[in-house]
Amino acid sequence: MVTEQDNGSHTVGGAIEIKNVGRVFGEASDNQVIALKDINLHIKPGEFIALIGPSGCGKSTLLRLIVGLDVPSEGELFLNGEKITGPHYERGLVFQDPTLFPWLNVYDNVASGLVARKIYREKKQDVAEYIKLVGLSGFEKSYPHHLSGGMAQRAALARALVNHPRVLLMDEPLGALDAFTRMQMQDEILRIWQERKTTVVLVTHDVDEAIYMSDRIVIMTPRPGKIQEIIDVPIGKPRARNHPDFFRLRSKILETLHFAGEETLSYYL
Amino acid sequence: MSENPAQMVKQEETRAAVSAPPSIAKYRILFIRFIPVIVLLINLALHSFLPNKQVSNVTNTYTGVLIAVIVFYIILACVSIRNQSLGEAMSYKVPLLAVLFSFFGIWDLVTLKLKLLPLPYFPGPDKVLYAFVQDWPLLLKCTAYSLRLLFAGYAIGALLGLVTGTLMGWSQRWNYWIGPLLKIIGPIPATAWIPIALVAFPTSFLASVFLIALAVWFPVTVMTSSGIANVRNAFFEVAKTLGGNQKYLIFKVAVPASMPMIFVGLFMGMGTSFLTLIVAEMLGVKAGLGWYINWAQGWAEYAKVYTSLIVIAVMFSSIISLLFKTRDRLLIWQKGLIKW
Repeated sequence: MVTEQDNGSHTVGGAIEIKNVGRVFGEASDNQVIALKDINLHIKPGEFIALIGPSGCGKSTLLRLIVGLDVPSEGELFLNGEKITGPHYERGLVFQDPTLFPWLNVYDNVASGLVARKIYREKKQDVAEYIKLVGLSGFEKSYPHHLSGGMAQRAALARALVNHPRVLLMDEPLGALDAFTRMQMQDEILRIWQERKTTVVLVTHDVDEAIYMSDRIVIMTPRPGKIQEIIDVPIGKPRARNHPDFFRLRSKILETLHFAGEETLSYYL
Repeated sequence: MSENPAQMVKQEETRAAVSAPPSIAKYRILFIRFIPVIVLLINLALHSFLPNKQVSNVTNTYTGVLIAVIVFYIILACVSIRNQSLGEAMSYKVPLLAVLFSFFGIWDLVTLKLKLLPLPYFPGPDKVLYAFVQDWPLLLKCTAYSLRLLFAGYAIGALLGLVTGTLMGWSQRWNYWIGPLLKIIGPIPATAWIPIALVAFPTSFLASVFLIALAVWFPVTVMTSSGIANVRNAFFEVAKTLGGNQKYLIFKVAVPASMPMIFVGLFMGMGTSFLTLIVAEMLGVKAGLGWYINWAQGWAEYAKVYTSLIVIAVMFSSIISLLFKTRDRLLIWQKGLIKW
């Protein structure tokens, strides 16, 4: 595991503190949708957190709040003690859709974070390093429309990582990939995470993915979006996909979700 | 015969190559390749031996051009026997060239030879080519004038269009103020401003620059603003998380993302600028190809009108090709580009 001593600038991974956060959409009181209510969560530096839950449970909304693309209706969020007020390169983002800039080739896409921060000249060598890290060496000149889904997602990952974010936020990043690419990417993300010691928050609706990848699983339930339970995954990494504890955890999570309602159980089975 | 003629030739070639012994197939392809020369020779014979019905001083220009083209084509065809890529390119163009050369023969027939079309409005190819030989210094000068005017107006209009389009697409406030102006001013054809422009500007050149700029400004602004307003929000969100500031979002995300739309505007502006250029030159400016057409018409020298039409066609077509080349280079990242 990653070092526990969190003294701000020296640790790579950032600590996230979510305090009494709520998010309400809509102005009029009769049309209001409570997307999130009373969210309290502390994420340790370098931790790998998975947010799971059925659609509408507010997991993506919570992620957007941490990214800073949305503001909470109540409560506050902090990164290393500093209040989150908007997007910042310290919190990197990967969507389900790779959202690569189609007018830039792989190299320039990965470099775009450095260009945006005007530090490209000093940090140039990082671009090639991260392209190599995600296994896209040789595809620097390719444009996004020539890439497969998996390759595009790797490029998106490299683009997010090149800024050395303290937190990497991923919103169902592997949701659109086929099963094999998906497993392969899971391993690569884990490898990168272990190498970089970045804090990771992964939104997923795949229970197995959550168990395989994360240190803790935050189970959320909808209407209003709340944290139902936080489950530790005590299996050491690297994990075997057929580890006997997998089944136990899986049943436990499904049980937890079962209490949330009959229909959500069938959704997972 | 709805099939593409080039494809037909290729198919025939392959069929011939499969069915006939190789040497015969080869001679057949070569024979087909020489058909345009036969057409040219027929043209030459008709022009030389058929009596003229239109009363006109026939020069040797058309004869000379025909002979030059024949010699050039034969040399090319001979080279193509050894050079396979040139040969394929020629075979591809054979139907087109044959038809084009036939057109010249028919033109000569219906005007000079049979007088089915009367003078002075329908001169034969010899007169039109001779007008080119006779008047090329003035034509060159007029072309230069037109190009200068076109580029000045187009550059200013496109630049202003990009600026206003970006402002409108990016900010609601700019859209609020410029939008109505654009809706009122934009649809007026730029040429309708000619009477006002000619008195409002100190020189007719400046007036024409203004008119062309106006003609380009409208489509470029509309396309740029709608392009920028329709950029996927996710691109901006990602750019923000990468540390991009407002400037980065506009110039590195919004503008490149809307480049395909901006080019649509630039192409539309190209069309309107050609029109405005020629009309402005016909009505106010004392130089340029539009003026030349008017002037030639005034002297009933229709051969010169046709000559200048050919010059205009070549010039405008080249400019559009240039814009397409630029776009293809800039939009290499885009799928399914329209070809020119």
